[in-house]
Amino acid sequence: MSRNSKPLFDVLVIGAGPAGVAAAVRASECGARVGIVDDNATCGGQIWRGASEGRDGARWTERLETADITKLYGKRVFHAPEAGVLLAEGTDDLSELRYTNLILATGARERFLPFPGWTLQNVMGAGGLQAMVKAGLPIRGKRIIIAGTGPLLLAVAAYLRKQGAEIPTVCEQASWSRLARFTARLVGYPGKIVQGLQLKKELAGVAFAANSWPLAAHGGKMLERVTISRSGRREVIACDYLACGFHLVPNVELQSLLGCEISGGYVLVDDFQQTSVPGIFCAGEPTGIGGLELALVEGQVAGYAACGHTTEAGKLFGERRRSRRFARMLDRTFRLRRQLRDLPAAETIVCRCEDVPYSRLQPHRSWRAAKLETRCGMGPCQGRVCGPAAQFLFHWNPDSVRPPVFPARLESLVGPADHSEPEQSATTGVSR
Amino acid sequence: MPDSRSGPVTLTVNGSTVAVPSGATVAVAVVMAGQACRMSVSGEARGPLCGMGICFECRASINGTPHCRSCQILCEAGMKVETDE
Repeated sequence: MSRNSKPLFDVLVIGAGPAGVAAAVRASECGARVGIVDDNATCGGQIWRGASEGRDGARWTERLETADITKLYGKRVFHAPEAGVLLAEGTDDLSELRYTNLILATGARERFLPFPGWTLQNVMGAGGLQAMVKAGLPIRGKRIIIAGTGPLLLAVAAYLRKQGAEIPTVCEQASWSRLARFTARLVGYPGKIVQGLQLKKELAGVAFAANSWPLAAHGGKMLERVTISRSGRREVIACDYLACGFHLVPNVELQSLLGCEISGGYVLVDDFQQTSVPGIFCAGEPTGIGGLELALVEGQVAGYAACGHTTEAGKLFGERRRSRRFARMLDRTFRLRRQLRDLPAAETIVCRCEDVPYSRLQPHRSWRAAKLETRCGMGPCQGRVCGPAAQFLFHWNPDSVRPPVFPARLESLVGPADHSEPEQSATTGVSR
Repeated sequence: MPDSRSGPVTLTVNGSTVAVPSGATVAVAVVMAGQACRMSVSGEARGPLCGMGICFECRASINGTPHCRSCQILCEAGMKVETDE
């Protein structure tokens, strides 16, 4: 295994989705030595996925690729051994990354809720299936049910349909009245209306059902049918895939490890996107789920601010305020309804890594107690899937984060001999 | 992102040959081969869930390296992928 040298970056950006790309480009324009890290093989994050999708995607990724920025793709940050240093692991290498200022643009993941059959093959996330299709999975002629909540469902439906899939129905758990209020308030956001109309055109003929959610997935090893609740009526529909996501949860594990203050699941930042730890900035979904436009503007603010260019950063505050209002609307509209807590049966697996069923979690009073007794959340995903589910099902708060924030190879953990013992100091903030 | 300009890439999943579009991830190859990625601790066959390297359901052995997140690794010609199935 190779050990990479130790460059010092003025600004190191973690995450090459829209927020990270915008941050890196702006910081580089300010003359900073910039590095950008992502665990995927290309930039673009989950929304652009390396392809220059849409005008924004093409413009920003081209700016990134042509700028004098060190790109470290296929590398996953797993540890912060001391202030100003991160360790990242590649397929067969280890990088020690030194920085003066850090911008965390770690994005979000889908929220999954357990229901009977959700562990069957071909039940995937909505964004998850879209990612697989963008990564080459052929779905022409396949029947795909899309279910869950959030604007992502429609975007995924339109995309999959374009790729030749048949979409029998899109099930949105939010009520018609909430969706109507949301639509009415879109008037203040012309860009969103254009996107909405485009979607409507692409989705012509696809059945969309509000007040609807999946009750169970059925099949042998592979998914064959899904039972849905459509406005209180049960319906069984045959399909090849179920693409199912209940909006998004931010990835805040690294922020938590670094000691950044987190409230209600989101990273607290000031006007300049700086976290409670000086020199560490955060942009995009981890500060509040707001989508592409908010991520781009927050990323730019962070990129300028990390270089001390506060005037340029300040010019973007108005645009950011508008986008944040939209984010709050999303939050209200797609809040999960209580009935979804009743979806799991006693034997339904909640923790997929350790196969812990609902009935074994139910008696516990906290996430920590459940972890200690059942190993829930202690498998390789470290609770990234079952943690947000358990938070919704049982109102449990997440635990503190300890390194490594992702499973790492043993030789990576012992590799940097001088850092083998993580310092539990105030700066690294490992114990919260 | 699959690149339609170059031809398919051929690799093996549990010994069977699969041709995938250039730029496809290993997770795609496993699903196209009709295989599960791993067996869960209680013996369920599992396939990819999140598609973005978070859930670890897609881990497989690639060229002898175990526990690779196959959704984040691109297929290469001649690659040997082994799953638990």
